[in-house]
Amino acid sequence: MALSETYKKIAADGIWHNNIVFSQNLALCPLLAVTGTATNGLGMGLATLVVMIASNGLISVARHLIPNEIRIPIFVLLIAALVTLVDILMNAWAHELYKVLGLFIALIVTNCALLGRAEAFASKQAVKPALWDGLMMGLGFTLVLVALGATREILASGTLFANASVLLGSSFKFLEITVIPNYQGFLLMALPPGGFIMLAFFNRW
Amino acid sequence: MTQDTEWLKQVKTLSDKTLVWLKAWLAPEHLAGLRPTLKFQTGVLAGFALMASVLLGVTNCSTESTIQQRLNEDLKHTLAEVIPAELYDNDLLSDTTTIASAEYNIAADETLVYLAKKSGQVTAVAFKFTAPDGYSGAINMIIGIDKDGNVLGVRVLSHKETPGLGDKIETSKSNWILAFVGKSLAKLTPSQWAVKKDGGEFDQFAGATITPRKTVQAIYRSLQLFKAHQAQLTLQ
Repeated sequence: MALSETYKKIAADGIWHNNIVFSQNLALCPLLAVTGTATNGLGMGLATLVVMIASNGLISVARHLIPNEIRIPIFVLLIAALVTLVDILMNAWAHELYKVLGLFIALIVTNCALLGRAEAFASKQAVKPALWDGLMMGLGFTLVLVALGATREILASGTLFANASVLLGSSFKFLEITVIPNYQGFLLMALPPGGFIMLAFFNRW
Repeated sequence: MTQDTEWLKQVKTLSDKTLVWLKAWLAPEHLAGLRPTLKFQTGVLAGFALMASVLLGVTNCSTESTIQQRLNEDLKHTLAEVIPAELYDNDLLSDTTTIASAEYNIAADETLVYLAKKSGQVTAVAFKFTAPDGYSGAINMIIGIDKDGNVLGVRVLSHKETPGLGDKIETSKSNWILAFVGKSLAKLTPSQWAVKKDGGEFDQFAGATITPRKTVQAIYRSLQLFKAHQAQLTLQ
């Protein structure tokens, strides 16, 4: 009972109470860079989610080996190696997906949220909760990215999930909606300042 | 036979011993004692760095050829878009030649030309070129030209133009770039190789003039490059 309570708390923290963007205010750089459309947000979110689970797991496994004084260089080393590995392997074995997500994978290295989770959680916890935390934090991040991407996309070009079939396969064509037909477009929202403005609104609310 | 089992037994006890020792060494309490020592810290950092580099090196070596293959497939795909399949029966990727292109301002001193051949005769060529002066950086393109100098197709490979305005040069955003098909230096005068705003033949985009202007100019230069080497290329 107590155990499942712990996991529930990790889930609630990851998705909402301690959300990477809204509460921790981390990972803003990739956030602003890719949330021009909901599809891009989803792609970045999923890629981050996978890498975060892996990095949390790896660091939790090695937590007794890592001395406190040099933990940051080791975290950075592990995360960078992991991201590069994912980048190479995806390029070779999932090339179609890589052409869409490749841009985001490299961006994950600079994602301080991973380092943040390694420092604040994975390095102090057993493997299972660390993996769970990675999944939940990743989900929370994905949710924010999709929400912000969707809002900006609707305001900027009047569509939602444009090109989703490129990312998810043609069976997801139904996601591609034109919300506002004959929309004139609102360029500011597609550009980085639009990301800042929208994020400010989100945070305020 | 007996000697064999004896030897196996020895190996087994040795590996058991190592395992017990490793377990004791990796025990959290033991590691906690080691962690503050400088020797251990140096070793751990070096160990992790070694592990990471070996892992990445092995992965890179084992996937290099696969990645190259994927990139070749991509290139073939792109080439197929600018040269119709019925024009050639050779392998475009291996039938190439290099021409000097320094004076044509397409961001390369030498350009690799893919030769499309049907029964040994060159029917068309394709090459990558760049408009170095796009609105926000270089616009990388590929063009297919038939042996008489008519454009078979142009595609934008990568660019940094403004999303929503300048990115209409992509086929996924608009059909603008298809307007070049069938055009040639012979059919249009030099002044017609420009956007309408400059008195030429080609549409500009509302809110973005520089992107299409520079694209048209680069395509014009690439055709001039082809014309300068036409005899040499089509005789190969």
